Amino acid sequence: MLIRRANDIASSEITPEAIYRQRRQFMQASALFATGALLPGISEANVRLAAAANARYSTTETPTPYKSVTTYNNYYEFGTDKSDPAENAQNFRTHPWTVSIEGEVKHPKVWDIDALIKAFPLEDRTYRLRCVEGWSMVIPWVGFPLASLIKQVEPTGNAKYVEFTTLHDPAQMAGQRIGVLDWPYTEGLRLDEAMHPLTLMAVGLYGQTLPNQNGAPIRLVVPWKYGFKSAKAIVRIRFTDKQPQTAWGRAAPSEYGFYSNVNPAVDHPRWSQAKERRIGEFFKRDTLAFNGYGDQVAQMYRGMDLRKYY
Amino acid sequence: MNVTRLKIATFLLALYPLIRLLVFAATDNLGANPIEFITRSTGTWTLVGLMLTLTITPLRKMTGWNSLLRVRRMLGLFSFFYASLHFITYIWLDQFFDLGAIIHDVYKRPFITVGFSAFILLIPLALTSSNAMIRRLGAKRWQQLHKLVYLIAILGVLHYVWLVKKDLTQPLIYAGVLTLLLGWRLWHARETK
Repeated sequence: MLIRRANDIASSEITPEAIYRQRRQFMQASALFATGALLPGISEANVRLAAAANARYSTTETPTPYKSVTTYNNYYEFGTDKSDPAENAQNFRTHPWTVSIEGEVKHPKVWDIDALIKAFPLEDRTYRLRCVEGWSMVIPWVGFPLASLIKQVEPTGNAKYVEFTTLHDPAQMAGQRIGVLDWPYTEGLRLDEAMHPLTLMAVGLYGQTLPNQNGAPIRLVVPWKYGFKSAKAIVRIRFTDKQPQTAWGRAAPSEYGFYSNVNPAVDHPRWSQAKERRIGEFFKRDTLAFNGYGDQVAQMYRGMDLRKYY
Repeated sequence: MNVTRLKIATFLLALYPLIRLLVFAATDNLGANPIEFITRSTGTWTLVGLMLTLTITPLRKMTGWNSLLRVRRMLGLFSFFYASLHFITYIWLDQFFDLGAIIHDVYKRPFITVGFSAFILLIPLALTSSNAMIRRLGAKRWQQLHKLVYLIAILGVLHYVWLVKKDLTQPLIYAGVLTLLLGWRLWHARETK
């Protein structure tokens, strides 16, 4: 039996490392493209986004598989079943798209989405996401801090809150043709919450542009609050002096408060919030106060009764 | 169709939801949250089973097809079977026998209280479903006991209405069907008086 020793390989046969890496990248990209044609959620519209990893604000927990993140969605504009958005949002048009910054700001502006995405350096941030229904995921988002945008438009002294409004287009959003919620979907944050470095405007996940069912072209991500606070497909960001009405707050005020901070000690009226099921895991795990971001955000709520301001 | 064939057909159809779940489990098609899927599926089929069981009498009266009565017991027992799977999924896969959490749930959440009651009420009906038990109880008492199924179906639908976060379309369809089925009985009882 002939066993070739390493020094038998001619140096001409050894691939330089740079070329080897390029090949790997090419193969990975091809594989991604090939599977993309088969998987819901990856379409040709999903392009890679250049973003710097932000380790400071990222969890090292294992991200939830891409397939789960993009096929298990609460996005009532596209239907109330978790599988509806991935099916009904495929032809959703995210271009042309504008985001209007209005209200109590010195420099209101209507942003074109492409310009907005280029205006601020993008970051990769892996956050935990806890849904009010008791399930959770770990998602590698791509986005920029909302604070960067806010600093640029300079809120006036009257600005105390920020209101987010989702696109209202029943022709494209089948779920809006039935009055499940009072459309368009609105959400809100206090200005200090909106300015918090963890608050992200996400334009992608897993290094690529957001799939439609995850809130393309731009959505909010507030990792210490229940998922429904993170409005998707945002068209308007308005600064106000009064606490904005939220879609779920209008629908069921006793169940969905304005703050909706993840809090295992305060039950939803119809279910406990003490535990959660991480998608892909068998056993439930304990839910952490502020979804584990208490060190960073708890001081914003000092002195507040979080049972009252749920 | 003769009675044996009708029974075999009903048995196979009633097994369909279980086989479907097993196939989905084997082929990794239970979705991102399999426990939720199993819970919803077994719950749905319990309700479907109860509705079908309650359809037998009106259908028999309307068509005169008396052999239908011979599959009512099987449909009722299959409802109990899917209700048991639903219950087991909840206490085992969902809560993992965390008795504290379960008691807290049953006590505090109306939709679980109602669902739990419906399941408990189904047990005596399942236990008395044999001919021997009918004889032991006497037909009259047996029939009175089994009228509980009306209450059970109402509680089951209420359980569904209460758990849904916002879109009530599905539970209201069941509520509508149940209203028809129970309404027919009331109307029929008056007519035949």
